[in-house]
Amino acid sequence: MWAYIVRRLLLLPLLIFLVTLFVFGMYFFVPVDQRVRLYLPDVAKAPDASAKIIAKYGLDQPFHIQYIRWLSNLLKGDLGWSQTGQQPVLRALARYFPATLELALWAIVPVIFIGIWLGILSAIHHNRPLDHATRVFALIGWSFPSFVYGLLLIMVFYAWLRWLPVGRISDWVLRLEAAGQFKTYTGMYTIDAILNGRPDVLADALRHLVMPVFTLAYIQWALLLRITRSSMLETLRQEYVMTARAKGLAERVVIYKHAARNAMIPVATVAGLLLIGLLNGVVITETIFNYPGLGSWAATAATQLDILSVLGFTLFNCTLLVLGNLFVDILYAVIDPRIRLE
Amino acid sequence: MKLFLKLCKNPLSLTGLVLLVFFLGVAIAAPWLAPPAWPREPYRIARCGFSPMPQPPGVNNPLKGIWLIVTRQATVCQVRPFGTTGEGQYDIYYGLVWGTRTAFKVGLYITGISLAIGLILGSLAAYFGRYVDEVIMRITDVFMAFPFLVAAITLAAVLQPTIGRGLVTAMIALIAFGWMGYARLIRGDILAVKERDYVQAARAAGAGHLRILFRHILPNAIYPTMVMASMDIGSYVISFAALSFLGLGAEVGYADWGQILSFARNWIPRLNQYWWIVLYPGVTLILFVLAWNLVGDALRDILDPRLRGRITV
Repeated sequence: MWAYIVRRLLLLPLLIFLVTLFVFGMYFFVPVDQRVRLYLPDVAKAPDASAKIIAKYGLDQPFHIQYIRWLSNLLKGDLGWSQTGQQPVLRALARYFPATLELALWAIVPVIFIGIWLGILSAIHHNRPLDHATRVFALIGWSFPSFVYGLLLIMVFYAWLRWLPVGRISDWVLRLEAAGQFKTYTGMYTIDAILNGRPDVLADALRHLVMPVFTLAYIQWALLLRITRSSMLETLRQEYVMTARAKGLAERVVIYKHAARNAMIPVATVAGLLLIGLLNGVVITETIFNYPGLGSWAATAATQLDILSVLGFTLFNCTLLVLGNLFVDILYAVIDPRIRLE
Repeated sequence: MKLFLKLCKNPLSLTGLVLLVFFLGVAIAAPWLAPPAWPREPYRIARCGFSPMPQPPGVNNPLKGIWLIVTRQATVCQVRPFGTTGEGQYDIYYGLVWGTRTAFKVGLYITGISLAIGLILGSLAAYFGRYVDEVIMRITDVFMAFPFLVAAITLAAVLQPTIGRGLVTAMIALIAFGWMGYARLIRGDILAVKERDYVQAARAAGAGHLRILFRHILPNAIYPTMVMASMDIGSYVISFAALSFLGLGAEVGYADWGQILSFARNWIPRLNQYWWIVLYPGVTLILFVLAWNLVGDALRDILDPRLRGRITV
């Protein structure tokens, strides 16, 4: 198994090389004078500045030279300057990542519990009202664009009822932080608040998280629900389930101990998809709720043609996806002893 | 025909079909439902005035307003059945009606072209195997390593300076990162079919590569991929709307649902007051996507041979 993990990890640099090469290549569609603007927002004011920037960063050099320069800087641990984040790319990644991680972690809770639990329920109640209800629920969820769902939530809970705020945290917490009365350990407010012993900050952070978390989770419920349901239906028809019933076990034990465990194997397959979905989802969700994380940063960077930020984000994403998929594969072997990793 | 009858029997897919027929009707009847302000450019949304604030619907009952427009007793801007967007004063009703055509176009083009690319690459990989397979599938892997939405956003943004902002740019961006699933699926199914006896027989009879591939293999392997494509139309419409929402889709003022929704972003703290900017386009988009998903879901149950006859328990 260790050999397998090492081999998978060895593929990572190759993948990163190809993916960043591709992203880099995409940016060569952009004319040089447009790319200069990235380094110098108001080119018009200084006529010779544009030429200086081109010379300094070698923007007119051939593709491979520019790409090799980026790669060698990467090996030195320098990802360049993020114009969108107004700080080095590496520091922007480090700053935005905890925010996105916090959002994603909280979103996984309802996704897994409601998705899996409802999926099992609707399999047990196959073709009965509950099953039909969850089917409709899942189909509607599947059809709900996350930005429409987010905007509707904002309309009701923020603009109309004024129950929930948008953004990530209230200003008074930021002031506390600036004054040094609130220490950041992880960058995730909900955890830092506990570590600082500040229930008021925790409550504030949670209030800000409710809408984005539900927007991010809602789309994923549907997927997980359908897969759990069909996998559970398949399992319930297996002979060992009948055996378990025949030997007089309680229905609860049959379902949760014997059937559900085996039904979880295909569900784990989509855990990788779930990760991709969350990463895609944060782009839209964070943009709508004005939540300063990786997703909104990447969306802004992409629309403003900020190549260094986008490359940094892509690099980060690829690594996360490869590691995530590896984790899923290892998880298989843990859930299902029949699977051997070679 | 038998397929159609089956679709009509299931209440869910029947709902989907009815919705699709409704949207198709709206798309065809667009010039009649919303007479263009600029007859040469019907996709330019009618603009009602210069005020920076969104104007509420001009009538209490939107259906009555639509009736007034259809019978030509009033112009779109006099009635404004669904209100206007604020900045730009685009009429939401007009945008939704003509946007139906955009939505059909976008969904069918993106799915069709991605499907074609996926089919070609996937069948080449599976049929010729070895190096061809290795190269094509590794390219597929690289494309799959991109986060779909960010990659599409990047490509759309990058193409804008050269091609310009518009439907084509956004569609290229979505197609470029959307074909991989089809390629993988068709490859697997062809691999399963390729070694069957009738393919061997065709080969022995001296049939050429193309003939074997198109006449003997593809017809037996294509169904699951087609079903997958039919289920994806809805999500492509969503992705396109998302690009428009972020300002990378259709040009400003083009009849497109995602773009109308993007105007709501200017009014986030006062959306309760200007609810019509979110509600009408949002519900339209949801119903359209829901219709495709309902039909696609039923199609899968009917067509996928692996599921056939097993679900009837």
